[in-house]
Amino acid sequence: MKKILIITVTIILLGIGNVSAGTDEENSISKKNPGQTKDCFEKVNRGVFAFNQALDGVVFEPLAKGYRKIPVPIRRGTGNVLDNLSTLITVPNNILQGEFKKAGENTLRFAVNTTLGILGIFDPASGLGFANLEKEDYGQTLAKWGVGEGCYLVLPVLGPTTARDAIGMFSGTMGGGDPWYNITVKNETQYFTDFDYYSSRAATGIDFRAKNIESFENVEQNSIDFYASVKSLYLQDRKQKILNSKKVIDTMDDGDWEEIENN
Amino acid sequence: MSLKKFLLKFSLILIVFSAFTGKSFSLEPKDFVQSVVDQASSILTTNSTKEQKIEKLKSIANETVDIRGIGFYSLGSHRKGLSDDKKKEYLDIFKKYFLKSFSSRLAEYTDPKIRVDSQKKINEKYTMVSSVLLETKDKPEVKIDWRIVTKDPSKPLIIDVVIEGVSLAKVQKEEFNSIIQSNDGDINALIASLKEFINK
Repeated sequence: MKKILIITVTIILLGIGNVSAGTDEENSISKKNPGQTKDCFEKVNRGVFAFNQALDGVVFEPLAKGYRKIPVPIRRGTGNVLDNLSTLITVPNNILQGEFKKAGENTLRFAVNTTLGILGIFDPASGLGFANLEKEDYGQTLAKWGVGEGCYLVLPVLGPTTARDAIGMFSGTMGGGDPWYNITVKNETQYFTDFDYYSSRAATGIDFRAKNIESFENVEQNSIDFYASVKSLYLQDRKQKILNSKKVIDTMDDGDWEEIENN
Repeated sequence: MSLKKFLLKFSLILIVFSAFTGKSFSLEPKDFVQSVVDQASSILTTNSTKEQKIEKLKSIANETVDIRGIGFYSLGSHRKGLSDDKKKEYLDIFKKYFLKSFSSRLAEYTDPKIRVDSQKKINEKYTMVSSVLLETKDKPEVKIDWRIVTKDPSKPLIIDVVIEGVSLAKVQKEEFNSIIQSNDGDINALIASLKEFINK
C-alpha cells in the first residue's frame, strides 16, 4: 500500500499523469515537440548539469581519453560485451511492447554471441545475418503504452532523462526486470557480485563518453546555452528511439518550417 | 568566309549562348548535396591550416545554406512582432554567428566520407536528401539527412542537417528559445549572447 502511494505521489509530482491510453502512437508520441517537454525544475536541473559537467571534467573525460588509448580490437570487444548485456533488458521490453518476433531474434542473438562469441566479446550474430540490435528499455515501453514523458530531469552522474524514463529505469531494474541486475546485485550467486554490475554500468558510460569525445567538445564549444542544447539533443534522440525510427520525414513537424514563409 | 557570313554565324552563336545562360536549370537536390559534400571534403582533406579551412568553409556555406531561413526558424514565435530594424540587426548578427559556428564544427573533421543515397520530395518547398557518413575504425556509420529548400529549383539551399534523426536547426531553435525565455522574452539578450560568441 505504501509503495502504491509513493508511486502515485511521484507520478503526480513529476507530471507524467497524462497517460493517453486509447490514443494512437502518433498522437501520444510523434507529434510532441521536444521543445514542449516541461522543464519543471530547470534551476535544479541546471545546478545538477553544472555538477555533472565538473564531474565529467575531473573523472569521466580523462577516463574516456585513457580508454581511447586502448587498442581498437579490445575496445570493440568491450563494447560488444556491454551491448550483449543490454540485450537482457531489451528482450523483456520487446515482449512488453508486443514485439514477439524481435524478442525471439534478440534472444537468439544473445545466445549466439554469449556462446560462439565468447561471453559477447565477438559478434558472430551480425555475421550470421541477424538484424542490428535496437536497444529497448522500460522508459520506451512506458512510452509505447501511452505514458507521457513528464518533466525533463537531469540526474546526478546519470545525466539527462525524463520523469517517465527515470521511473522506467529504476522500477524496471529494482523490480526484477533486469536479469543482469538480478544475478549480480539482487540475488546472491557464487558467480557474480555487485561489483560486476556496477563496473559494467560504469564501463557503459565510459564507452559512450569515449565514442563521443569530439562530439561533446564540438557541441560545448559551439553552444551559447550548452544546457539547452544537450536537452534538445537528448529529447529528440529519445523520441526517435521510442519510435524506433530514423525516418526524419515521418517524424519532423513540417509546420515548424512552413511558418518561416510568413516573414 | 565573307565578313557578312562570319558576323551572321557569330551573332547566331551569341543568341544561342545567351538563350542557354539566361535559362535557369533546375538542380536535383541529391546532386546539389553531393556537390556541397565534395567541395567541403576537398577543403577538409587539404593541408591548409584550420583557419584557412574555416574561411573556405564559410564561403561554401554562404553560397549553399539558407542562413536567413535558419535564422528566422531559430527565433520561433519570438520572431513575431519584431520591427524590421530589429529583424535586420538580428539577421546580421545571426549570419556571423552561424558561419563561425558551422565552419568551426565542420573543420574538426579531417576526412569525412559521405555517400549520398536518395532524395524524397516533401512538398514544393522542401526535399529531404538522405546520406550516410561512412564507418571508420573509431566510429560507426552515421545517417545524415539534409533538408533542402527547393523554392527556386535552380538554386537549392540547405536549411537543416539531421543527424540520426536529430535536427540541428531544432537544437538551435530550442537553445535560442531558452535564452530568450530566461530573459523575459527579450531578444536583445539573445543578440548579446550571439555577439559574445562571435567575439570569443
